[in-house]
Amino acid sequence: MKSLLPILTVLLAIVALWYAAAVKLNSAWTYDQAVRAGTEVSLSALVKDTLAQERPVLPAPHQVAVGLWDGVFGQAMTSKRSLVYHGWVTLSATLLGFAIGTALGIALAIGIVHNRAMDMSVMPWAIASQTIPILAIAPMIIVVMNSLGLTGLIPKSIISAYLSFFPVVVGMVKGLRSPDAMQLDLLRTYNASARDVLLKLRLPASLPYLFASLKVGVAASLVGAIVGELPTGAVAGLGARLLSGSYYGQTVQIWAALFAAAIVAAGLVMLIGAAERATLARMGLVR
Amino acid sequence: MSRAISPGWWLAAALALAALLVDIRLAALMALWFGAWFVNARLARGRGPAPRWLVPALFGITLLALWELAVRLFGVSPVILPAPSAIAARIAASLPVLWADFVQTALKGALAGYVLGCGAAVATAIGIDRSAFLQRGLLPVGNFVAALPIVGIAPIMVMWFGFDWQSKAAVVVVMVFFPVLVNMVAGLKATEPMQRDLMATYHASYWQTLWKLRFPAALPFLFNGLKIATTLALIGAIVAEFFGSPIVGMGFRINASIGQLALDMIWAEIAVAALAGSAFYGLVAFIERRVTFWHPSQRR
Repeated sequence: MKSLLPILTVLLAIVALWYAAAVKLNSAWTYDQAVRAGTEVSLSALVKDTLAQERPVLPAPHQVAVGLWDGVFGQAMTSKRSLVYHGWVTLSATLLGFAIGTALGIALAIGIVHNRAMDMSVMPWAIASQTIPILAIAPMIIVVMNSLGLTGLIPKSIISAYLSFFPVVVGMVKGLRSPDAMQLDLLRTYNASARDVLLKLRLPASLPYLFASLKVGVAASLVGAIVGELPTGAVAGLGARLLSGSYYGQTVQIWAALFAAAIVAAGLVMLIGAAERATLARMGLVR
Repeated sequence: MSRAISPGWWLAAALALAALLVDIRLAALMALWFGAWFVNARLARGRGPAPRWLVPALFGITLLALWELAVRLFGVSPVILPAPSAIAARIAASLPVLWADFVQTALKGALAGYVLGCGAAVATAIGIDRSAFLQRGLLPVGNFVAALPIVGIAPIMVMWFGFDWQSKAAVVVVMVFFPVLVNMVAGLKATEPMQRDLMATYHASYWQTLWKLRFPAALPFLFNGLKIATTLALIGAIVAEFFGSPIVGMGFRINASIGQLALDMIWAEIAVAALAGSAFYGLVAFIERRVTFWHPSQRR
């Protein structure tokens, strides 16, 4: 907890900067109004007005907090205005896609480790695909699935699965190969089958790598689900809230949706982090 | 290994036969797939440098051929999946449009944001280098922010900086800033006490130590961040265009072509994006090899 004070200081500095920027960026509107009304604006009135505008250029932190609070607790959970509802729409697509992508990724990694031809064929493409902005195909997948009659959860989770797939493959291949020659030789002296080597040595040894890529994958999944909500035209989900906010100039709504997405992402990464600590502690791998 | 494979080949043959009974077109696809796989399995057993690139190349070509064949044999509608040949034809036919989109999105939006964001991150890392307090505060925050869906700030940036490339560059700046910052701060810590002591015995000033010892030692870490940032930059620039753009740009073209169901154009843009992404990454990796040639990871 030695770093708690520095973190709090940095966060405070960010909030203070944010307030200053909000006053600065929103002042144009206030001055404009004052000129039209033929009045002068004092500094205190300026600060008061810039932090309480309805459609500010940059909403002040407390406005975002109010928007977030109102979206989460101020509405019935099933209401179209509730961030819980939209967050759940996005989260369910994320989780489904993440589960599919992870399962397929682990399966392919096991295949790659056991089959040289598969390794040499697939691995260069899996690595190269990490340098490609795959997210660009998200809108197309949505629309094509739509024309095939698939809407809602499935197309979004396909994008999420696709985005979390490659980090898991690359990380797992590394992890499954992490046991050194000495350990593999030991199992060979035991006359262990390939299946035993996999279950008793390779899979346990790969867990630290798996968790590292799961963290990357789940963050990518969430981004995929959010971007997947854009092309259908703001129906439901956090991405839809972002889009409709930008259509109607509702900046507070955008920021509230953005923070909701950040909270979901942080929660998911923390969950995986907790699972990682618990698992590795039981295996005696914690440093 | 070769003995373990042969039951797999029996299975493959059985599958192809079963497919023959269901649909002859399916059997043709399977024959192509298993045939190519057989060749690849043979090639992969060989030694030497040739299989290193031959096997993946053959695999890629097989996938393309399967795609083409499947689309033709089953008569898949072009609004669902255009054939690779149709996409290639579209690329050849609209080179000027694709080039204009590439310049708008990759060169103006992504590259400008990349340079600004990475520059700012390196400057910040050096700026907070002397304050252990700030580092302990900023690093967890930076690590945290790096996991967030930052693309979401795109609508805000579009509101602030307008529809043109400046707003895309702004999104890219925020996206690349934290990964580079975190890596650079870690890199600046990567010197041994012994090395720093040597600099101290030379009576080197802080800046001399930074420039002659710690900055070069940080380069491998910095390039790690820079390589991650190349992909992020392109993603940021493309996705930001979904929220509003002038009538040019890769994200705009993808969005507009969806409305017209011009899927060949979308695939053409994706091909350009893939090429641009790999080239960008390759360029940074190339610079890394030239600049950090002394590092163990670059040894061959």
